[in-house]
Amino acid sequence: MPNNTTQERLKAEARGLNFFYNGGIQALKNINMPIYDNRVTALIGPSGCGKSTYLRSFNRMHDLYPGNRYEGEIRFYPDDTNLLAPEVDPIEVRMRVGMVFQKPNPFPKSIYENVAYGLRVRGERNRRMLDDKVEHALRGAALWDEVKDRLQDLASNLSGGQQQRLCIARALATDPELLLFDEPTSALDPIATGAIEELVHELKKRVTILIVTHNMQQAARVSDYTAYMFLGEMIEFGKTDEIFIKPKDRRTEDYITGRMG
Amino acid sequence: MEDILHHQSSQFDEELGRLRSDVLRMGGLVENQVATAIEAYGACDPRAIEETIARDQDINALEKQIDDESAQLIARRQPTAVDLRLVFGIIKIVTDLERIGDEAKKIAKGVRRICAAGSQPTQFAPAILHLAETVLVMVRESLDAFARLDSGLAQKVIVDDNGVDAEFKSIVRQLITHMTEEPNTISMVMDVIWIARSVERIGDHAKNVGEHVIFIVEGQDVRHRRLSSNGGAV
Repeated sequence: MPNNTTQERLKAEARGLNFFYNGGIQALKNINMPIYDNRVTALIGPSGCGKSTYLRSFNRMHDLYPGNRYEGEIRFYPDDTNLLAPEVDPIEVRMRVGMVFQKPNPFPKSIYENVAYGLRVRGERNRRMLDDKVEHALRGAALWDEVKDRLQDLASNLSGGQQQRLCIARALATDPELLLFDEPTSALDPIATGAIEELVHELKKRVTILIVTHNMQQAARVSDYTAYMFLGEMIEFGKTDEIFIKPKDRRTEDYITGRMG
Repeated sequence: MEDILHHQSSQFDEELGRLRSDVLRMGGLVENQVATAIEAYGACDPRAIEETIARDQDINALEKQIDDESAQLIARRQPTAVDLRLVFGIIKIVTDLERIGDEAKKIAKGVRRICAAGSQPTQFAPAILHLAETVLVMVRESLDAFARLDSGLAQKVIVDDNGVDAEFKSIVRQLITHMTEEPNTISMVMDVIWIARSVERIGDHAKNVGEHVIFIVEGQDVRHRRLSSNGGAV
């Protein structure tokens, strides 16, 4: 655990988290990790290490497939809810914990409707309220100025980078407390990637962010904390400043310096 | 730290290996230059004087080459963790090595001035030469510490610098006394003081190299900390 984190406020915390895919394969092994409020935490590790599985546990994505099983808890604060508890509604969890995927996946609808979708699902019918929230979310995703004159255009007409920012706006519309990013820039060029990274930096003022990335430099650039995972285990969690200069665990060092055979 | 190679990219291994060997080559030149400067002092030897001065150009050229290689490596490989510390440490180490070269050159020029005036600096030879031999060992050990990434040896160099500083002060006191007693030697003795000062500075730079080695190996920045004689921070 990192030092000097006493001033940090917990947003979430995995406690003894195990996860089994349908068929019994254990993808997460006793994960214990804090997620600090208004901070960006990066999850790094080789393919198949469980980082996406871990990320998806936070908004109960695994519930969509039968036979998957969680053990342990993900405590969510300030209300100290266990996100994984069976009595907690996954739909409600997903309102509080938004997700942005690797490839931009806008709905085949207008720009406006993409952002308004989650609000409508939640029962929001007031047109002025919807307009306000859509604008607020699009501004939050640094997309408003580019799309304000064509909100009724199809979202698929936007560029890849714009589509990804639209997906971020869609996730922001329900005012989530935690945003999950699953390799959000791997399909984008360096300019669009830079825009998303800048956005992450801005967004952390209002929302906590957990990001999976294969790009180590990206993890180093955008995150405050970094966790290295390997074979379903959390090998090392610490301040990004420390992990990339002086990691404590040899396995972390081997991975981030490219020494893994 | 036992193996800093074995990257997935053998090209990266080669680049890091080349960088390390260039630093050691530069270190070898610098060590030799200091030894030649001491030789010049001991014997008023014109060949040794000119050789010391001339060698500085090779050292300066190597400094630029290593800086350039380091910048290339950072741009192309974005090193992290131990690799980052190694490249960062190397950039610092070559600066100190280059300055050691400058001090050796200053020593040679001082000897040249003294000898050209018809004097012999050998009068103060034992004290100066003792100091010089001590710092030469420090330079050698700091380079060995880098070559073997041996933080224990690096620590020893840092501690040894305390002795050099004390010895330097003692030499200056003696020289001041000498100037008071024989004012006609002031000009020559001033040159000897500058030479002693350069020798002492070489010790400082060797100590810096030791500090950079500790940063590379342990990730600890031990600069500007006082160390006790057993190497612990005070």
